Amino acid sequence: MESRADIRKTYKLFIGGAFPRSESGRSYKVDDSKGAFLANAALASRKDARDAVLAARSAQPKWWDATAYNRGQILYRVAEMIEGRRGQFEDDVVSAEGVSRRKAASAVDAAIDRWVWYAGWADKIAQVLGSSNPVAGPYFNFSMPEPTGVVAAVAPQDSSLLGLVSVVAPIIVGGNTVIVVASQNRPLPAVTLAEVLATSDVPGGVVNILTGDYAEISPWLASHADVNALDLTGVGDAGLAKQLAVDAAVNVKRVLPPPRKAPDWFDDPGLDRIRAFVETTTVWHPIGV
Amino acid sequence: MTFEYAPAPESRAVVDIAAHYGLFIDGQFTDPIDGGAFKTINPATEEVLAEISDAGSADVDRAVASARSAYKSTWSKMPGRERAKYLYRLARLIQERSRELAVLETLDNGKPIRESRDVDVPLAAAHFFYHAGWADKLEYAGLGPRPRAYGVAGQIIPWNFPLLMLAWKVAPALATGNTVVLKPAETTPLTALAFADICQQADLPPGVVNIVTGGPATGRLVSEHPDVDKVAFTGSTEVGKQIQRAVAGTGKGLTLELGGKAANIVFDDAPLDEAVEGIVNGIFFNQGHVCCAGSRLLVQESVADEVLDALKRRLTTLRLGDPMDKNTDIGAINSREQRERIDELVKSGDAEGADRWSSPCAIPEKGWWYPPTVFTGVTQAHRIAREEIFGPVLSVLTFRTPDEALEKANNSPYGLSAGIWTEKGSRILWMASRLRAGVVWANTFNRFDPASPFGGYKESGFGREGGRQGLAAYLKSGGH
Repeated sequence: MESRADIRKTYKLFIGGAFPRSESGRSYKVDDSKGAFLANAALASRKDARDAVLAARSAQPKWWDATAYNRGQILYRVAEMIEGRRGQFEDDVVSAEGVSRRKAASAVDAAIDRWVWYAGWADKIAQVLGSSNPVAGPYFNFSMPEPTGVVAAVAPQDSSLLGLVSVVAPIIVGGNTVIVVASQNRPLPAVTLAEVLATSDVPGGVVNILTGDYAEISPWLASHADVNALDLTGVGDAGLAKQLAVDAAVNVKRVLPPPRKAPDWFDDPGLDRIRAFVETTTVWHPIGV
Repeated sequence: MTFEYAPAPESRAVVDIAAHYGLFIDGQFTDPIDGGAFKTINPATEEVLAEISDAGSADVDRAVASARSAYKSTWSKMPGRERAKYLYRLARLIQERSRELAVLETLDNGKPIRESRDVDVPLAAAHFFYHAGWADKLEYAGLGPRPRAYGVAGQIIPWNFPLLMLAWKVAPALATGNTVVLKPAETTPLTALAFADICQQADLPPGVVNIVTGGPATGRLVSEHPDVDKVAFTGSTEVGKQIQRAVAGTGKGLTLELGGKAANIVFDDAPLDEAVEGIVNGIFFNQGHVCCAGSRLLVQESVADEVLDALKRRLTTLRLGDPMDKNTDIGAINSREQRERIDELVKSGDAEGADRWSSPCAIPEKGWWYPPTVFTGVTQAHRIAREEIFGPVLSVLTFRTPDEALEKANNSPYGLSAGIWTEKGSRILWMASRLRAGVVWANTFNRFDPASPFGGYKESGFGREGGRQGLAAYLKSGGH
């Protein structure tokens, strides 16, 4: 029987809903957990990061303008698509993380469930984090959570899919758009997630995924004047995390620092990540006839 | 028609200002170890009111150590319902001593007695009363069943609302179980020192509240102290950024309430008489020394002339002068330095081609003053449209459509507050969800309440003060 050469995938960036190569033309070798060659991934540059910010900024108002119900459905649809490709995600996680097929399957299960959990929050955040406020005067006063805007995130280095999902979903469910730098040595599940997002109903630019050296890319994002917040979850180097937090002060970015101890991504996430990337707007109006 | 008013000065007999004040550490007034002293001045008369201690590094060490020890031994172990009682006591004492506090505030700050009496002091008491009730209900704050205090909070407050800003900082910190090292503003320490006396009268356990007076160097010592767990700052964006850099990577909690350049947007269907009152209140309240002041008036082109005529007419009736006079509308500028900053920005407005109009009011000979001033012909590129003036100076721009108003309002690195004047409810709600501002006043302006969260977007800072949302500034979420 004649052997057939398989078609191999080119792993690219995901910016504004499209899959460009790095503008720099660079790539880097991605190995599996045993050190065998897996793929050449795009090595994102400063220019790619800035393009991603531009895409995220232009997508943000429309994403927030959609009804919460609509955002919830769009995010739920993403979970459907991950489920449909679960075999591919399991393969990716097995090769990236070197875990057993059974463990990879449970990570994919948890990632899908996590995504569904966050999707359901879309039309509940305002009820849980908002309020009507009994002020001492004839005024109607209410507070509503609103998105911070454009968030730049460094995804966890170890948990290549569940960790990534656990960082991205709470940012976008609140109406923000995101530029996420995928796990540096385990980027392939992130590229597969990009393929899911591209064929789901999530508007281009809402999620932008960069692969490469996060220590090279993240300083450009931390000091970018059009980024409103930083999620440093995947930054393991304390010195770099501190420098990024210093850079973030240029426009008073909100900063979610790296966790003090390695998180167990299977744990109940709670509301902290959603809360970190929403603002509160309070509206006053007189009451009278 | 002009109305003449007989002078109606509030008596200062109610206050007894000491010649010298120590620092308030561990429940006692104490002289600084390695610090010196500085003078606090009545900005309306340039009279020296008192000599104030300048806390140095050993003093801040003592204050933080006292706060730490009070946190460990007393405050963190006390049930919430007991903490609440101390906050209720503080609220009551502020109410009981309200006249004294109002006079002290006006003497030290220069704001009209009418404002310190009717706004600053009652709201300060209300903040303690509101937060007292939270102390034993923190599991309902929305931060999980077991939210935890940070520990020692280092708090730095500005001079524009000295006692009120103290209340905004101290009340939630104590209610949530933190202890406090507070640095009042250099030019307005007196009501904070009176509050220290109130803490003694309330038998607040020593070290729960420590007050270290001083300038920017003392502020840095507080915000950079390694044993402070949480830093809360209200002040300029420039200093806020310095603090954010200093706190980066330390694991400390941080909330910042910084500058603003609020748009006050008047549509052609607004009730114009009310809008004019709102514009006046928006920018001339407290001499414009308000971070959320409506310093950019965006008025729809079709009513611009009408609004400006009415505004100027109204401004000529404002009475500038002795802040202790109960009829005074515009008091003194808080310091010579601030007056110079206002003047410098006003001159930039002249130089960049905007048209200046100032109310033709008499300016007292002594003290620091600035007449209500309105710039027309302002473009978005002018410094007076972009930079926070923090004085009684209004920049007027016009717009034609709601989209243009929104675009101009959001065209600022700041995002603290905004005003909307229109009779159309749907437009208010449309604007409110698109304005990048933490507080939106619709058909009103400059309203404050302890139940109402306050704080900014973008370079106006992060975190909220007041309301359930404000508790998150002093609590770590615990459990889910």
